[in-house]
Amino acid sequence: MSFRLLAVLPFIGILLGVPFVNRVEPLVLGMPLVLAWIVMWVVLTAAIMALVYRLDPANRAAAEGRTAEDRP
Amino acid sequence: MSSALIIIIAVTLFALYLGIRARRGHDMNLEQWTVGGRSFGTAFVFLLMAGEIYTTFTFLGGSGFAYGKGAPVYYILAYATLAYVLSYWLLPPVWRYAKAHRLVSQPHFFARKYDSDALGVMVAIVDVAALIPYLVLQLKGLGIIVATTSYGAISSTAAIWIGAAVVTVYVMASGVRGSAWNSVVKDLLILGVVLFLGIYLPIHHYGSLGNMFHAIDTARPGFLTFPDKGASSSVVWFQSTVLLTALGFFMWPHTFGSVFTAKDERIFRRNAMVLPIYQLILLFVFFVGFAATLTVPGLTGGNIDLSLFRLTIQTFDPWFVGVVGAAGVLTALVPGSMILTTASTLIANDIYRGLLQRDASDARVTKLARFMVPVVAVVAVLFTLHGGETIVALLLMGYNFVTQLFPAVVCSLAARNRATKQGAFCGIAVGVLVVATTTIMHLSVGQLLPFLPDALKDVNIGFVALTLNVIVFAIVSALTQPHAQAGQSRAQPR
Repeated sequence: MSFRLLAVLPFIGILLGVPFVNRVEPLVLGMPLVLAWIVMWVVLTAAIMALVYRLDPANRAAAEGRTAEDRP
Repeated sequence: MSSALIIIIAVTLFALYLGIRARRGHDMNLEQWTVGGRSFGTAFVFLLMAGEIYTTFTFLGGSGFAYGKGAPVYYILAYATLAYVLSYWLLPPVWRYAKAHRLVSQPHFFARKYDSDALGVMVAIVDVAALIPYLVLQLKGLGIIVATTSYGAISSTAAIWIGAAVVTVYVMASGVRGSAWNSVVKDLLILGVVLFLGIYLPIHHYGSLGNMFHAIDTARPGFLTFPDKGASSSVVWFQSTVLLTALGFFMWPHTFGSVFTAKDERIFRRNAMVLPIYQLILLFVFFVGFAATLTVPGLTGGNIDLSLFRLTIQTFDPWFVGVVGAAGVLTALVPGSMILTTASTLIANDIYRGLLQRDASDARVTKLARFMVPVVAVVAVLFTLHGGETIVALLLMGYNFVTQLFPAVVCSLAARNRATKQGAFCGIAVGVLVVATTTIMHLSVGQLLPFLPDALKDVNIGFVALTLNVIVFAIVSALTQPHAQAGQSRAQPR
């Protein structure tokens, strides 16, 4: 159940984080800081969703081709 | 004839061939035509849903936005990411319900969930009103691309007619299957082109990415960060717009419809972790736009959308301009074909069958949907040629329109749905009316609610509509509760 809370992180990082990093310097990987921050969160979001996918019991039974929530 | 033009024509003909060939081996009944018989695997669903990101709006608009407005362009990267997080939980139940009830369209979903044909018809009308400007925007982009990259040999008017004809032919033949095959070609081409341009142009013109951003920051201080205030640019605008568009993302009827094409529901959960990375390609589109700010300065107004092609023409040989142009043509044709399939299905299945001829057979609806394809295409072409600048306003209105459907969709997925059809109907109607009035009268939150602190005045106006929608939805639902609270979420027999 608690793994769902992980999905809140991208919202916090992107929506609430941006005002605090709204600067150009220092450039990160050649990008303005605020752009680099958003890019970092895009990558982190993918990682977080991969973790959610791992932890979600709905995908565990899926190896047999049907998911746990699948109803006839 | 220039080499650029030959390449563009060859790719367009190939798209036509692929689109028509896609029907081979499939009897094109309603379910095949609209949702590919619900047989698409991970790759196709992925591409159909990713196809939504790479339209001419992002290809031309993304670079143009970076070129003309700077930092606000970052929002495109942010909202799609959050939308994919939501999709992990939103799409599987939608898909399950759609499969169980053999749904072929978004209004169909509403009509069944809330057991109300009237609601389905209204959603269909809202959908069509939102889709037409979207189609117009694709055609407009197509005209710009072909006129620019053919070095004027083909006029933008001719390009729009030819493009619309190509899409009409393959949509009539293959429906969504034609779109699926063409998105494979489109995504491969666009991936290569955008990655190359985004890496090469900053290095070629500035030495490195860091040098480019330094140069821009020196020449135009403040261009690369969000300003403190200002409608459609400040941080508050960014936050509210990202949230609002993330909610609306999957409410577009053609995106909602591409959900139905999936073979199983795990596809969506898997895509939720891959799609955020995949759309990082947009970052390279931004780089192209930023590279153009100092190298091809002077484009203003609607012309900022030309920045990518101006810079390409200035930097490369004609044959490569042709490759970029061909990629651009596909970014218009593929989403255009999906929108066309969806709009025609909506008119035939939901407006005609829902309102006029309840007992129409599937065969008849399919026939009408196909007949509607050229009609919708011609209407869109006429709007494109005579619509003028109002189109951008219409598109913004379209996005805010479809977002109004979000509360009713989410409530209908709850195990015990307390929302009623009257509530959903009134909520959506109020939301859509507020969007239409505020857009047409160019009202902002600051003007509507002058007592708010300055920072909040930059909140996207769509939030006002969505808030009123939710309030009306809740009140009317509370007033129209059935006596026994039997959830409408229970399966309604067909």
